[in-house]
Amino acid sequence: MSLYARITGWIVLLFGLSYFALPLLGLTEFSLKARRGVYSFDAYAKIIGDPEFQATFSYSVAMALVTIIMGILIVVPTAFWVRLRMPWARPYVEFVTLLPLVIPAIVIVFGYIRLYNTSSWLPLTGSVMGTNLLLAFGYTTLALPYMYRAVDTGLRTIDVGTLTEAAQSLGAGWATILGRVILPNVLVAVMSGAFLTFAIVIGEFTLAALLDRPAFGPYLQRIGANKPYEPFALSVISFAITWACMGLIQLTNRLSKHTKAAAR
Amino acid sequence: MSSAPIHRRLPLTWLGLLPFIIFVTLFLILPTIHIVIGAFQDRSGTFTLQNLKDLNTGTIPSSYWISVKISVASAALGCLIGFGMAAAVTFGAVPHWIKAPLMTFSGVASNFAGVPLAFAFLATFGPVGLVTVFLRNNFGIVLQRDLGFSILSFWGLTVTYLFFQIPLMILIITPALEGLRKEWREAAEVLGATSAQYWRMVALPILFPSLLGTFALLFANAFGAVATAIALTGSALNIVPIQLFAQIRGDVLGNPNLGYAMAFGMIVITAIANVLYIWLRIRAERWLK
Repeated sequence: MSLYARITGWIVLLFGLSYFALPLLGLTEFSLKARRGVYSFDAYAKIIGDPEFQATFSYSVAMALVTIIMGILIVVPTAFWVRLRMPWARPYVEFVTLLPLVIPAIVIVFGYIRLYNTSSWLPLTGSVMGTNLLLAFGYTTLALPYMYRAVDTGLRTIDVGTLTEAAQSLGAGWATILGRVILPNVLVAVMSGAFLTFAIVIGEFTLAALLDRPAFGPYLQRIGANKPYEPFALSVISFAITWACMGLIQLTNRLSKHTKAAAR
Repeated sequence: MSSAPIHRRLPLTWLGLLPFIIFVTLFLILPTIHIVIGAFQDRSGTFTLQNLKDLNTGTIPSSYWISVKISVASAALGCLIGFGMAAAVTFGAVPHWIKAPLMTFSGVASNFAGVPLAFAFLATFGPVGLVTVFLRNNFGIVLQRDLGFSILSFWGLTVTYLFFQIPLMILIITPALEGLRKEWREAAEVLGATSAQYWRMVALPILFPSLLGTFALLFANAFGAVATAIALTGSALNIVPIQLFAQIRGDVLGNPNLGYAMAFGMIVITAIANVLYIWLRIRAERWLK
């Protein structure tokens, strides 16, 4: 490696890293400036005490949990069944699960609004509970590519056929096999999919705003227009949540490698 | 009667996928098809191409054009900078331990589009942002007046999008760079090639499908981004997702089917970009195994 290449490498890397560091620094600094002349946590105190923040935030957390459960209920049996009985269908199922990355979220929700309106055969947007359900279905769809890939990778590391036959010969039904044999074995993979889903749902804006649900993303956008420092404090909080989720993914992945190494 | 067991088993196997099929049909396929069909219908439901023709009226062509420009600019810069950073850590220009944290960070940042990202850039390059104030107080440079840079403009949005574009490039191109074998470089050197010749005649042609494919993916990624743009610019910048958002909220175009056509246009553009990505990726994998 020549000196010239080394210097170029350093310049490019430092330029890139400062590009990433600056906005995070700027955001944090600005969020601390609520009190004139000194740094303080005033904006944080104010926003955490805001009942609307508490309401929207807990709404989004609940929504994320519902999405994760729905995702697990749909993805785990499907991925399991495809591996066990229909390996030829894997490319097709995989293709379908990747579609939410191709079709923009705004288009999908546009379809929901027109397809499930009050005068349709399935009037989900007609009631509050129905709209909540529709939002959860929408989030499950958005999370599908990540969830499916995570679970399918997890299934690859275990012998699905042998485990199923062993469970069946002991008299287990499908529910027992899925819940007590397959799921515990792919739990790490499911967890990493779940954390990613949580990170996506918690700050999601487009679906929640267009379905008019009181979620955290639209709230953040709305107060951004009329409060000076609070939105920046909120952004720091949601950055922190995302990073925590990603940190947990890394941690669970590392733990799984550890336990697998120990088992060998 | 030898075909009887096959007849009985086929439908039973299918049943296992039924929940999945019902779910994706209801919440992914049907809504999309509804939009696509609506794009080819008039208000009374008869078939027409008028909506697609009407895409060429009013502010719609300019919004597509500015969306495409932002997506191309952020994808190109994202590819360039991401490639540089990935190359720096892969070929050992900088210490090796930097690579693992950089990849982890890229995994996080590539998923970080949205409202908070917009606020981060507002707090940094906005009218009273960290960098803006620093430049003004220490160098007397006013971003908007002297450099013509505003965070609420074309370049502002492009710079903001780079925050998730560069990491995505790093994530995808690093495995491709690792696939370049040492032997190829050594063979080129033995034959008397300079470093520049090796890159121009060996490495870049091999990497070309990967680079172009990732560019297409980054393009689609930027084209579909909604939340960042709305939180950052409100409706100041007339890009396709923002206009579609306004149309869904209140039919600003005055024709619901024109809204369908706009959404259809978005699907077509992201679909082309994604198909290009997948096709080029298959080509790239021929070399990089």
